[in-house]
Amino acid sequence: MYNFDFVKPGSVADAVAVLADDDAQPLSGGQTLIPSMKARLNAPGTLVSLTGIPDLVGVCRESDTLVIGAATTHAQVARDAAGDFPGLAALAGQIGDPAVRNRGTIGGSLANNDPSACYPAAALGTGATIVTDRREIGADDYFQGMFATALEEGEIITSVRFPIPQASAYAKFVQPASRFALTAAFVARYASGVRVAITGASENGVFRWAEAEAALSSNFSADALASLGCSPHEMIADLHGTAAYRAHLVGVMTRRAVTAAG
Amino acid sequence: MPKDDGIGASVKRREDTRFLTGNGKYTDDINLRGQTYVHFLRSDIAHGRIKGIDSSAAEAMDGVLKVFTAADFDSAGGIPCGWQVTDKHGQPMQEPKHPILAEGKVRHVGDPICAVVAETYAQARDAAEAIEVDIEELDPVVDMKAALADGAPLVHDDLTSNLCYDWGFVEENKDAVNAAFDSAAHVVSLELTNNRLVANPMEPRVAVGDYDPWGDNHTLYTTSQNPHVIRLLMGAFVLNIPEHKLRVVAPDVGGGFGSKIYHYAEEAFCTYAAKVLKRPVKWTSSRSEAFISDAHGRDHKTKIELALDADHNFTALRTETYANMGAYLSTFAPSIPTWLHGTLMAGNYKTPLIYVNVKAVFTNTVPVDAYRGAGRPEATFQLERLVDKAARELGVDPIELRRQNFIKPEEFPYQTPVAVVYDTGNYHATMDKMLELADYAGFEARRAESAKNGKLRGFGIAHYIEACGIAPSNLVGQLGARAGLYESASVRVNATGSISVYTGSHSHGQGHETTFAQVVADMIGVDANSIEIHHGDTSNTPMGMGTYGSRSLAVGGSAIVKATNKIIDKAKKIAAHLLEAAPEDIELKDGKFSVAGTDKSVDWSGVTLAAYVPHNYPLEELEPGLEETAFYDPSNFTYPSGAYGCEIELDPDTGKIDILRFIAADDFGNIVNPMIVEGQVHGGLAQGIGQALLENCVYDDQGQLLSGSYMDYTMPRADDMRGFTVDHSCVTPCTHNPLGVKGCGEAGAIGSPPAVVNAAIDALHRAGHTQITHIDMPLTPSRVWAAMQG
Repeated sequence: MYNFDFVKPGSVADAVAVLADDDAQPLSGGQTLIPSMKARLNAPGTLVSLTGIPDLVGVCRESDTLVIGAATTHAQVARDAAGDFPGLAALAGQIGDPAVRNRGTIGGSLANNDPSACYPAAALGTGATIVTDRREIGADDYFQGMFATALEEGEIITSVRFPIPQASAYAKFVQPASRFALTAAFVARYASGVRVAITGASENGVFRWAEAEAALSSNFSADALASLGCSPHEMIADLHGTAAYRAHLVGVMTRRAVTAAG
Repeated sequence: MPKDDGIGASVKRREDTRFLTGNGKYTDDINLRGQTYVHFLRSDIAHGRIKGIDSSAAEAMDGVLKVFTAADFDSAGGIPCGWQVTDKHGQPMQEPKHPILAEGKVRHVGDPICAVVAETYAQARDAAEAIEVDIEELDPVVDMKAALADGAPLVHDDLTSNLCYDWGFVEENKDAVNAAFDSAAHVVSLELTNNRLVANPMEPRVAVGDYDPWGDNHTLYTTSQNPHVIRLLMGAFVLNIPEHKLRVVAPDVGGGFGSKIYHYAEEAFCTYAAKVLKRPVKWTSSRSEAFISDAHGRDHKTKIELALDADHNFTALRTETYANMGAYLSTFAPSIPTWLHGTLMAGNYKTPLIYVNVKAVFTNTVPVDAYRGAGRPEATFQLERLVDKAARELGVDPIELRRQNFIKPEEFPYQTPVAVVYDTGNYHATMDKMLELADYAGFEARRAESAKNGKLRGFGIAHYIEACGIAPSNLVGQLGARAGLYESASVRVNATGSISVYTGSHSHGQGHETTFAQVVADMIGVDANSIEIHHGDTSNTPMGMGTYGSRSLAVGGSAIVKATNKIIDKAKKIAAHLLEAAPEDIELKDGKFSVAGTDKSVDWSGVTLAAYVPHNYPLEELEPGLEETAFYDPSNFTYPSGAYGCEIELDPDTGKIDILRFIAADDFGNIVNPMIVEGQVHGGLAQGIGQALLENCVYDDQGQLLSGSYMDYTMPRADDMRGFTVDHSCVTPCTHNPLGVKGCGEAGAIGSPPAVVNAAIDALHRAGHTQITHIDMPLTPSRVWAAMQG
């Protein structure tokens, strides 16, 4: 790790002001940024902590929407969302290990958009709204490929607004070493239809599985997916699984998520 | 019943209090006045020629004391290899120089090029980034067979090829073995890989070098399993420092699993640099650095064939193995695929003819050496996989095929066709015990239950033999070892009766401080808490060969017994004087000396006090004091064995395997501390199951380590394992050491991989996937699923 300055502003406005400096980077739970700094792969001049801003922390229900502050830890989401949105709470409870869950935050995960992270599946699978210091971005526009998002330089996620589904579940098959998702599916059923988001599988990051959404919207059961296959085209291939294996798991995990959602 | 703290008692480990409360004293806890820090600039390519190094900018940076390169070590030797293997033509192996810092070429990712010493670790690391190394990239050799092809790039330009040796064992048997295959009723063969592993002890390696210019004394603090061996190898072969001027200390060490046996370049560097700079020099490996600088384990590719007669008796076995040495020969590397592997190929079976061929190959990868089991897991895996395959091909029960070919209990001692003589064993008993504990009779019902849930259940068996307690020095000398393999102990009885034991067997997780005290307490009949075990410091322990190969109790413990017997002999003479009786009439029981047939007695401390305050003492016949040293050289290896059963459930949708039951029925001979034995077996099983299902060290074709962190290298975790059933009630005591013990440290890692893989193949076959004859380890979900797709 190289030397850096550290600031911990108390408001979003103050954080945005400090982040105007090109050499500054926001730090939320630090579960990705800190290891990359320790490996000297990342060297910000200033780290701007977002965890001292009270407005960014908390889980609260507003009618049919669950609003989660960007600096809310996975552990808090697992606990505080359990009543209103159990599918999301269960997803948060499966991220990493207790140490990770007590440091890592939802905003940090979505800003990083790791292709194997869990939260992108929930955000895209619910059509959530990503709220930043300057605008609101729909999930369908927000995720733009592996580690790529619609966020601009210095733009901070402040909260995420999840439309609460009638039923939902997350089915995750873990990469055995990292315990990130080797392939995982988030399925959410709304009155307007079903959304299915897949993480871990694609070279393009989290994606919606349109064929499964169509099939499930008319028949919300695992059987509706029986004849559906997902193409291995542009799927990730690595030590832990081939592209064909991941494509296969897309089907298996989606069926399991549907069954779990009931 | 054993005494509360004597032999056979499950005494809690006394060392755990300090370990579990964070009060262990590890090498990294040692910080000396004026200490400096070294950072090694390591190669990030697998193979290249060093054209130039410009360290001028680095040397001008804040805090930098010196940048070392190979040129600074002109007068030093290379890191020596401790074992010379002779090939099948009678020629010595090819043995390249292993420099402290890369000379002319880099040969693997992680090969150290420069060493920067600075006031702080951060300064050293910053300065290393300012060094400009001009390297011409060369094509690497990564695959072993490609490395032996004509025209392959040479890892070492001064060798004739990348072949270290081509070893045949027993070469004279080769024709007879081939003839047996020609006339066999059945031949079964299997090609497999024994996957490369990274040891990953919890504590990374650390070295602190210190030098006292006024006395010309060197001290090295290091994370070692055998400080005396480091002193010998580094002092005599690398730095030319005589033993009396070199102290090596290995304090608390947080696990080794083999990877801390060897003498590493970083140790020699810190020792040497401390003298050059006249300041202590410390190196602490990061976890990332450990992946590319600790010796790796396993990495064999094997073809094994078994010949059987019409009645399914094994008639001959032959193997051809490619063993990866990596870029340099680590300390014991050449011995692992040969003498610790070939000699075990008989397994538990009466196979009359065996021929083992091993080609050891240099590649542009990290050196490979012993890892928990060392050669014996490789032997057991291929043999037990093949026997299972044979049973399947012949349509017979794998348990019965094994029983039919087992060496029978009445046939011991048993001379194998691969040199070793098994002294004892009862393989039928361990097999029966395992099947009983596994409720094997109930398996079919459990399988039907799994099937209802869409899961495939399978049961796998392996029966292993290992050779522990390495080893008779005259024998290993003939086999190429450059050291003896005895062990030593000094027992110093203090005036008030407390006892200080000094052993050459280092403890880094084995619990020696507890078990060795139990042995002495039991022999004398005193409280174990009055006994302290000292190890790990060459300045106060007698010459020791260290801890590996499950040798501590069988060899080190035997040395302690021998020294304690000398103490008891002398103490009886003192007691005889005090009691005015003949020494042969003195009995020692429960810490009290008495004259047989009388009520005259003197207790232990009365005798020890007399030894040091010899007012009433036979000074004309006996020296004062009570301190004895013994060296014990074993007359044979010990041969633990056992039956392992693994019951798995396989998810056909994902290929994921869950181990539902694991039963280990081991024969370790006599047991000193059953709880510690159980813990050792648990640890071994975790590592063996890790190899079978999870762990894999993978290089790409450019020699880049793809599994270089825990993001990609799957270390077993607690939730990967369910409980284990561990039994050691089948006992055939070792016949040639005083405790009758065999060793238990590696068994779990040796017996479990074939049991797991056999279980997976069993589940797949029972479900109709009979086209799958083998899946290479680790059996990841992706691999299993791919095999099921045909």
